[in-house]
Amino acid sequence: MIDVKNLSKSFGKHLVLDDLSQHIHPGEKVVVLGPSGSGKSTFLRCLNLLETPTSGTITFDGVDITAPKCDIDTVRQHMGMVFQHFNLFPNMTIRKNITLAPVRTKKMSQQEADDTATQLLRRVGLEDKADAYPNQLSGGQKQRIAIVRALAMRPKVMLFDEPTSALDPEMVGEVLDVMRQLADEGMTMVVVTHEMGFAREVGSRILFMDGGHILEENRPQEFFAHPQHPRTVEFLSKVL
Amino acid sequence: MMFSGLVDWLNELGPRFYRAFIEADRWKLYLQGLGRTLEMMAAALVIGVILGVVVAVVRTAHHQQRAERRRNPLLSILNVVCQVYTTVIRGTPMMVQLLIWTFVIFPNIRDKILVGIIGLGINSGAYVAEIVRGGLMSVDGGQMEAGRSLGLGYLDTMRFIVIPQAFKNILPSLGNEMITLFKDTSLVQAIGGMELVYYAATIGGRTFDYMPPYIGIAVMYLCIVVVLTWLQGKLERRLRQSDRR
Repeated sequence: MIDVKNLSKSFGKHLVLDDLSQHIHPGEKVVVLGPSGSGKSTFLRCLNLLETPTSGTITFDGVDITAPKCDIDTVRQHMGMVFQHFNLFPNMTIRKNITLAPVRTKKMSQQEADDTATQLLRRVGLEDKADAYPNQLSGGQKQRIAIVRALAMRPKVMLFDEPTSALDPEMVGEVLDVMRQLADEGMTMVVVTHEMGFAREVGSRILFMDGGHILEENRPQEFFAHPQHPRTVEFLSKVL
Repeated sequence: MMFSGLVDWLNELGPRFYRAFIEADRWKLYLQGLGRTLEMMAAALVIGVILGVVVAVVRTAHHQQRAERRRNPLLSILNVVCQVYTTVIRGTPMMVQLLIWTFVIFPNIRDKILVGIIGLGINSGAYVAEIVRGGLMSVDGGQMEAGRSLGLGYLDTMRFIVIPQAFKNILPSLGNEMITLFKDTSLVQAIGGMELVYYAATIGGRTFDYMPPYIGIAVMYLCIVVVLTWLQGKLERRLRQSDRR
């Protein structure tokens, strides 16, 4: 579904991603782990071109999205993204936050979008917040809304950039529950996180990154039970 | 001796103001002038804000694409044009600009108020551009990313997400710019525009008494600025309330 070939990214002279190649299959739940500064967020942000790769190609559904002629807006309509700091639009109600993109991109009429919003909000238990503003919500609620906002575009893949890192500990659970539910429904997901429990339980494949390289990749059971690379062993001994 | 001089002066004050404002229905001229002045401010403000927003968006867009691999040559050219515009306008006196508009660029336009509107609007645009640019940059970068990640284009994201949020931060400076613009309309008198100062000067010349008309229009300018400031404060308070919702 997403094919990454020889992806490199540098900020000035600082090489953040060094010649990565990866393939993400439909229905996979890929969890990217690694210490901070390892390049995992940059890797994720390259997938929908929020960061422009320095070199290499990324193909999504057969379309080379790194080609200069590619219309990235259309591609992004099929890739949902959830950010660490939610990035809800504070100047709009929750309903408007959710319906703005589907309506503006002509994917849905306002009526259809409103119905979709209501339906999705009910799923995450926040239908009573439709007319509230983001500032009136808790962090956990904001992040659930952010997930709903991305889902309203009916994406083929969802990218999560440390979705629970900015949350109070007691709110982490409610966001992970939504993500777990989404995974059970068969959504293709790429998740950058520090939640080892989630990685083990929901992930179908773990990528461990450090220094701009993918040092190890494995199924969760093997990854946590028998880490191969010394850096992985060290990392896991610190976080588990 | 001095005391009686003061009494005489005070005694004369009433008739002097009477001559300047009431006699021969002169107050109508002030109202007419004030009307032109306000018209000029409103029209110049519209030009200034539109021009300012366009220039600010061009410059911000250019700034944001700097890091990317693909660069739009058209945008680079536009950016240079905008930069020259703000530099020239902000680097030369308003009065000199008005003289150039009147005598160099549009010597054939009779309606000096129109020339004034053009000159003031284009001048104001350069200042508004800098104000708006600062406001756009004050909006968290995550907002732009979130909009784009949903598949919205750059302009849509600006229009629905970034600009409305920037507006709140911009408002105080924009209000000040409007007040400056309002007072700058008085310069148009120097190129022959028939606005408030023009009528005050004419009346002063006719009655051979300049004090009442000039003090009079100073009070008019002051009152309007006070009202504008009050309106500005009210709007700001209302926008702030929506933050706490």
